[in-house]
Amino acid sequence: MEAQEVQKNMSNDLSTHSAEVKRRMSKRLKKRQAAEKRFQFYGMAAIFTGMMFLVILFTTIISKGWPAFLQTSIQLNVNLDPEIVDPSGERNVDKLMQANYTKIARTALYAELGGKPKNRKTRKLMYKLLSRGVDVQIRDVVVADPSLIGKTVPIWLYAHGNVDALLKGAIDRNTENSSRLVKDQQLEWIDKLVASGKMAKQFNWGLFTHPASSQPETAGLGVALIGTFFMIIIVLLLAIPIGVAAALYLEEFAPKNRVTDIIEVNINNLAAVPSIVFGLLGLAVFINFMGLPRSGSIVGGLVLALMTLPTIIIATRAALRAVSPSIREGAYGVGASKMQTIFHHILPLAFPGIMTGTIIGIVQAVGETAPLLMIGMVAFVQDFPTTPMEPATALPVQIFMWATSAERGFVERTAGATMVLLAGLFVLNAAAVYLRRKYERKW
Amino acid sequence: MLKVFSVELRGKVSEVLSLYVTGFLTYILPPVIVIGIVYFIGKWKAQRLLKNQGVAKNTGTAANALSLHSRPPYHGAFLALVSFLPAVIVFCAWSIAEGPVIKGMVNSTLPASVGELEAGKQDLISSVIGTVENGLKKLDQKELALLEQAAQYDKEVNKAAAPVEPEAIRKLFEDKNIILAENPEPYVLSAALKSRSFTQFSTYGKYTLFVLMSIAAFMIAYSSIKLRLRARNGVETIVKWFLILASIIAIVTTFGILFSVLFETINFFQIIPPSNFFFGTVWDPRFGWGATGGDGNFGQYGFLPLLWGTLYISFVALFVSVPVGLFAAIYMSEYAGSKLRSIAKPALEILAGIPTIVYGFFALVTLGPFFRDAGAVVGLEINASSVLTAGFVMGIMLIPFISSLSDDIINAVPQSLREGSLGLGSTKSETITKVVLPAALPGLVGAVMLAASRAIGETMIVVLAAGIAAKLHMNPFDALTTITVKIVNQLTGDHEFGSPETLVAFALGLSLFIITLMLNVYALYIVRKYREQYD
Repeated sequence: MEAQEVQKNMSNDLSTHSAEVKRRMSKRLKKRQAAEKRFQFYGMAAIFTGMMFLVILFTTIISKGWPAFLQTSIQLNVNLDPEIVDPSGERNVDKLMQANYTKIARTALYAELGGKPKNRKTRKLMYKLLSRGVDVQIRDVVVADPSLIGKTVPIWLYAHGNVDALLKGAIDRNTENSSRLVKDQQLEWIDKLVASGKMAKQFNWGLFTHPASSQPETAGLGVALIGTFFMIIIVLLLAIPIGVAAALYLEEFAPKNRVTDIIEVNINNLAAVPSIVFGLLGLAVFINFMGLPRSGSIVGGLVLALMTLPTIIIATRAALRAVSPSIREGAYGVGASKMQTIFHHILPLAFPGIMTGTIIGIVQAVGETAPLLMIGMVAFVQDFPTTPMEPATALPVQIFMWATSAERGFVERTAGATMVLLAGLFVLNAAAVYLRRKYERKW
Repeated sequence: MLKVFSVELRGKVSEVLSLYVTGFLTYILPPVIVIGIVYFIGKWKAQRLLKNQGVAKNTGTAANALSLHSRPPYHGAFLALVSFLPAVIVFCAWSIAEGPVIKGMVNSTLPASVGELEAGKQDLISSVIGTVENGLKKLDQKELALLEQAAQYDKEVNKAAAPVEPEAIRKLFEDKNIILAENPEPYVLSAALKSRSFTQFSTYGKYTLFVLMSIAAFMIAYSSIKLRLRARNGVETIVKWFLILASIIAIVTTFGILFSVLFETINFFQIIPPSNFFFGTVWDPRFGWGATGGDGNFGQYGFLPLLWGTLYISFVALFVSVPVGLFAAIYMSEYAGSKLRSIAKPALEILAGIPTIVYGFFALVTLGPFFRDAGAVVGLEINASSVLTAGFVMGIMLIPFISSLSDDIINAVPQSLREGSLGLGSTKSETITKVVLPAALPGLVGAVMLAASRAIGETMIVVLAAGIAAKLHMNPFDALTTITVKIVNQLTGDHEFGSPETLVAFALGLSLFIITLMLNVYALYIVRKYREQYD
């Protein structure tokens, strides 16, 4: 249309109109070029937005989570009074487990802060500096080495969650005394302890070893890590053999007909079924029908194995397809049977690809939460499970439970646990990338 | 390092070690050794046959000298598989069948009055029988005798006082940390004793049959090892059947999902009519006991508010993720140099690898409060858990999903189309918007549908960020709830299984499954069809 116009103008009056045409064309060109610039800018902005979200996500979690790896403790000279610890003198472990260690801890604290306060209220304020879990800490020391009974030993004991929050800056010391969780008198003691070096932040091993607890300072990921470990083992034991075998059949043996077509469509769809539906399957089949224990990591492992199966099948098929046909032909040429060709030549060459796919499947499974909620793995478990049949939780479920917990101190724990989860997934992903780089072959 | 572990954990470490070492020594090692021995017997026999044949060949005594059809290891594997596989299959079948059969036999010995009770009561009785049976292991000889005495007592026959009070039996179990719901009736005790003896009998039978079958199969297979035995073909056939079995599991899973969910959904629809569920606009489950008491009012289970919430939040998520994801994909495939690509692509893939619970936590503690405060500044009342928060975070999650799918699809558009357009003088952006994108449109629609199916099935983000209010409103700053949130809510509470309150989760699950399945099937169909067009 416009080209015609230009032509007409040109033929009519070339000299007068050429300047006008040039001006209009360059104007139009500028507009088009501006549109081009704008379009490019939108693309860059989109990539920038995506990366920005990534940065925001990580900085939020790390800034909220790093304090969880430190725990405020108080060093006290604890007198392991035989009268309290072991009145019978038998050194019987069962009896040692049940002694009143809270009393010992409090006595040590009173001594440290200049005598037991007469006033009941002051006394309460004072012993509230210590966590409720300190008895377990002293007990562990005593049971590990009963010869310490009767001696005075310096032990680092957990401070109360509020004291911890104050030292990490989560509680503002400038708010009014009545509305502050740490009172003025406690502040005085804390300052004294910090000044003498008796109160300090230490690396929090307990975050990795403690079981569930209602107090943030003694809550840990111990049970969740064991549960996740069991589930990974079950997924590996079930999903790899079954997934690889299914992929081998579908890729190498299955005749191309309607049935195998349906299986193929089915596997692709299975990979996109919402994870929560797998949880319903686990509840209905494994728990209600087969009678497996609720909350046990065996059920979680089975459900996650079914979820990972399509991922592994799809990855394995791609890896098998990527092996050069020349290998196959060479094997047939020297008289190998089909089975020998596949198991002796194709499968070993496809192995790195299969491993990469498997790790990606495991990464998905480890981060999965919703199906585990369905099968009752969201539970307050204090006993360390020794077998997959016993109740356990998993890392992401523990994050969910802490995230929904009302107590303030759990926010930091949640972010800390998230960091542990992300670090674990990062290691797995790095392994996958390493395998791919190291063994990748171009045919 | 061990110092940081508590006493419990240290105790567990040694317990676990001894448990797994003994487990390995008793359950894993012996079978492996036996199978290994059988394998070597087969291999050895084949090798000997070959050697004899060689001797016969050299001395010229054999009329028609034959060589071994399969190599010796195949004979070994053949012998091991044929010896044990049938016995293992029978053993497994027996193990699966024995539970229900024994239960049926025990139930038939219960008094007729039990049979007339309602189903729930009967289940309770069989669970008590199970508990007592498990508890029998912990009793010593004397206590067992006492229990047998109590079991034989029949109120109807001898009207005399019971020789052993039921309370005493209950106490007996309580001392062993086994809690019974009520005093066990004599028939419960006798049923438990019978059940135990049936189980013992079944176990002996099972193992005897296993051993006998293995020996018989071994003898037959051993004598069948000959030079011309096609051992390799036999082994390969068995392996192939294993492979077929494995690929059937994928199908079984789908049908397992469908039937398990469907079965419970039918139970639910027997209590709540489907029309009330699918067309109900009010979600208000109540604790109604139904037949066993209560007012029988189960409340209302309207599906529509949940569907509305799900669709609304998914829409917000797509509203965020589609432009960002699509533009990122366009820029990466059409403009970006290899340097930017090598940074941006993995960075976006990291976003895809983050578990959804992490996104949920981010929404809960950071984005939700941020939106609320930002809203307060401009005078908007934004709820901390709202459609906006959940949808926005879900949108972030979907960005890499959309961008990587679109990237593939855009790259699949033939280069000749681009070159043609550029050759006519159009700019790059004009080429993209007027040529490349229209050509890629069906594929992109498929990608968006796959993303929508993800958004609809997403659970953890909405559980933490969307709220639990099942309402029908348009306000994006207020809380709404989704299908997945309600599934989680209904199944994580302390509800009795079999009440509509928990069964509704399966009806919701089935709806979710069907919605996402339809989206997936259609999207995959589009993507597949489109890809083939240019190949």
